[in-house]
Amino acid sequence: MSSVLLENITKSFKDYQAVKELNLEVKKGEFFTFLGPSGCGKTTTLRMIAGFYYPTTGRVLFGDRDMTRVVPEKRNTGMVFQNYALFPHMTVFENVAFGLKVRRLGSAEIKKKVEQSLKKVRLEAFIGRQVSQLSGGQQQRVALARSLVIEPEILLLDEPLSNLDARLRDEMRTEILRLQRDYGITTIYVTHDQVEALSMSDRIAVFNFGECQQVGTPKEIYNEPANDFVAAFIGETNLIPVIWDGKGGETLQFSWEENKNKKVVAETLFSSYERDHHLSVSIRPEAVEVFDEEPLNLQNVYEGNVELAQFTGASVNLFISLGEKTVQALILNNQTRREPQPGDKVWVRFPESHVRVIPRVMNQPARSMST
Amino acid sequence: MKNRDRRFTLLLLIPVILVLVAYVLYPSLRTLIESFHHKGGWNLKNYETFFGTESRSNLRALWNSVYISLLSVLFSALIGVPLAFIFNKYEFPGRSFFSSAAILPIVLPSLVGVMAFMFLYGESGLVPNAIKDLLGLKHVPFKIGGVSGILIVHAYTMYVYFYMTVSSTIRSIDPSLEEAAYNLGAGRFTVFRKVTLPLLTPAIVGASLLVFMTSMASFSAPFLLAGGFRVLSLQIYFSKVNGNLQMAAAQSVILSVVSISFLLFMRWYQNRRDYRMATKGIGAHRSEIKNPFLKGSMVILGVLGVIILLLPHATILILSLVPDGTWTYQTYPSVFNIENYLFLFTEPKIWDPVRNSLILAFLATLGNLVFGVLTSYVLVKRKFYGKNMLDIMVMLPWALPATVVGMNLILAFNEPSPFTFGNILVGTFWILPLAYFIRHIPLVVRSTNASLEQLDDSLEEAARNLGAGWFYLFRRVVLPLVMPGIMAGTLLAFVEAVGEFPTSVLLYTLSNRPISIEIMNQLRMFNMGQAAAYGMIQISLIGLVLFISNKFFGIKAERSL
Repeated sequence: MSSVLLENITKSFKDYQAVKELNLEVKKGEFFTFLGPSGCGKTTTLRMIAGFYYPTTGRVLFGDRDMTRVVPEKRNTGMVFQNYALFPHMTVFENVAFGLKVRRLGSAEIKKKVEQSLKKVRLEAFIGRQVSQLSGGQQQRVALARSLVIEPEILLLDEPLSNLDARLRDEMRTEILRLQRDYGITTIYVTHDQVEALSMSDRIAVFNFGECQQVGTPKEIYNEPANDFVAAFIGETNLIPVIWDGKGGETLQFSWEENKNKKVVAETLFSSYERDHHLSVSIRPEAVEVFDEEPLNLQNVYEGNVELAQFTGASVNLFISLGEKTVQALILNNQTRREPQPGDKVWVRFPESHVRVIPRVMNQPARSMST
Repeated sequence: MKNRDRRFTLLLLIPVILVLVAYVLYPSLRTLIESFHHKGGWNLKNYETFFGTESRSNLRALWNSVYISLLSVLFSALIGVPLAFIFNKYEFPGRSFFSSAAILPIVLPSLVGVMAFMFLYGESGLVPNAIKDLLGLKHVPFKIGGVSGILIVHAYTMYVYFYMTVSSTIRSIDPSLEEAAYNLGAGRFTVFRKVTLPLLTPAIVGASLLVFMTSMASFSAPFLLAGGFRVLSLQIYFSKVNGNLQMAAAQSVILSVVSISFLLFMRWYQNRRDYRMATKGIGAHRSEIKNPFLKGSMVILGVLGVIILLLPHATILILSLVPDGTWTYQTYPSVFNIENYLFLFTEPKIWDPVRNSLILAFLATLGNLVFGVLTSYVLVKRKFYGKNMLDIMVMLPWALPATVVGMNLILAFNEPSPFTFGNILVGTFWILPLAYFIRHIPLVVRSTNASLEQLDDSLEEAARNLGAGWFYLFRRVVLPLVMPGIMAGTLLAFVEAVGEFPTSVLLYTLSNRPISIEIMNQLRMFNMGQAAAYGMIQISLIGLVLFISNKFFGIKAERSL
């Protein structure tokens, strides 16, 4: 087991840069997730760690060993592919034993290790099956067993759950986490699914346009997004472009870009800000408060009309038009209370402590962002 | 690292390029150069003679080749396309049997097929004479020979291309496309014209080009049936036999230019548009014929068709049982026994050609196997500049008519060359396996390509990730998975090599004469029975190989074309 250090990594293909000046450290035993939309460079980065690509510039280190130019077969990483890449002409046993045979272990030892690792993924009964006879979830577990049995230094998972249906996905999520904790292995997990990322990871790196936008724990990423891309990509959020007015005592004062008469007050500071950055206010739907009557003596209160109320079981999604902007609010399904209906006049409030002011990077030339 | 990867690609590429340059490119260039030589000087004399007004025989042969090829395309399409429709769109008793019988002509090596047609429908053929006797006519009512003979043989053997390509396209058409058209209010005819036909166009065009090329290159049929009628592939042979190698070279160049332009046109056409279906998992969708009268006539027609298709095979079988010298002036043979087959084991002279053919084909195919797998792997799985060029070079032997391949080898290797380690190959044993090897390079490469393309890159990556080096993963992962494709191509190359006639007739020596040459000799001596017995050996070999590939590798015969 070892840590992974990516130093100033850039990867260019013929006509575009897939990864730009990436610096990352994955700690020993950590469950680390690369999260981002497709084409953001996360899989490219993972493949550079596995050795299938070599960085154009920069270095890849496992612990203090420079692995930048080492061939894949000498890296001792265990990779689980999106399509599992099980060898279709081999049985479950032969698939799992492959890496051990390459390492020239004795057949008794191979047998013992394969059985152990299949037990860990609860497939010991399927040891003699052809892989084509297994269901998607079982194939996934064979792929996991095959990667783990070679006792890799780093486990690499490339969107491993994207080919499974929703129910199996939940099951495999816990399974993967359990195995990772069992083995205590450094794990890098690539996904575009924010729920997976938030629920599984110790830390997350959010990618876009080949750049790392933010690194942090799931809580940090969700509660303190570094910019509007991160805020919008992770969970739902309301983004309102604003202009800086100045300081007002303990708080920061802003007005709406689209309507200067509307003001926003914020307590929290944004983490990084450069002079030429345009700013937005981000507020999560569950933080938005909704009132039937105008609340008095409170800031960040706006009058609006309910456009749509979506009942989702545990909660109700309200889409409330504030004139220039429609915001989303999430209220819990409280059976004793009548929910606002479309057409109702309501007042919404953005609590100052939950308003986050962040730089805008979407819909304008990408900028490098430090966190 | 990146450079190591590149170096490895280069290492794989070197033998591939070396072989292609030495045995495909260099011989072709020799022919090209030779065609500009006349009486020791560089000039255009050969071409002047070809296109000149003095003797029009060459120009006429070129024209004959072209119009026979065009008519072959037409007749093959007229048989193959309707058959494909009937067998894939309608359900009636015996359909699946008839549809597999429809590919029977490919189990007949060209020379044997032509021989069968001669005995069936020729001047003294069984069918015309049977009709004559039945109806009490004075003369045979019809006989084939010259153009009609060539055309009938071509239609019989080449309609299979149309049948197979159109069939597989029909099967891949999502029935919901036609249903959608009906649902939108289109009538039967409109649906056919606006939906089905456009989807079939690529298949039909592809098959047309293939048939055109094949019949331009056709040698056996004109060789045995043409009489005084000349086609270009025959002209090359006669020029060579008459010792006019430079004229033969010029004729080869002209025939190659026609063939290669068709190959390039075909590649361009196939890359131009892509009608691949977007849907997966299409179920067969045939309408059952309800009308009992129609159903009955379908079955009768099917049975008749199968009989016609099987007649050549049956004829060869029957003839092979006729001892030499027992069928001379009689209309029908009267004595039957297995003497011809017994000679194989008792007379070394009769057995020799069989042994020669097996050895020659085995050597050539072994080369094809090794070279084909290597080349295919480089082409499909490795990145390098000039891949398209290499691909064309690999396909070149397929576009070149067999006669031209033979001429190329004669012109290149009738003198010492570095590629033959300073030896003269013409007139030796090794020239024939080399010729067979070159002829069947594309076959093995193409069928291996098809398998390799389906092999997901992630399998190789997974193996490397688990610590396997290249040779280990190639042996344990890649090879086992593409084995069916490799074997399909290799086995087919083997039977084709056993049946190969055009290059054999140009290059054989007395000591390595293969079966096809011996068939020709026996025919010349009017030993029909012995010739047919040899034919049966070839037919059974092909049948055996198709059976093996179907049984053990699950390969359908139609995939190998």
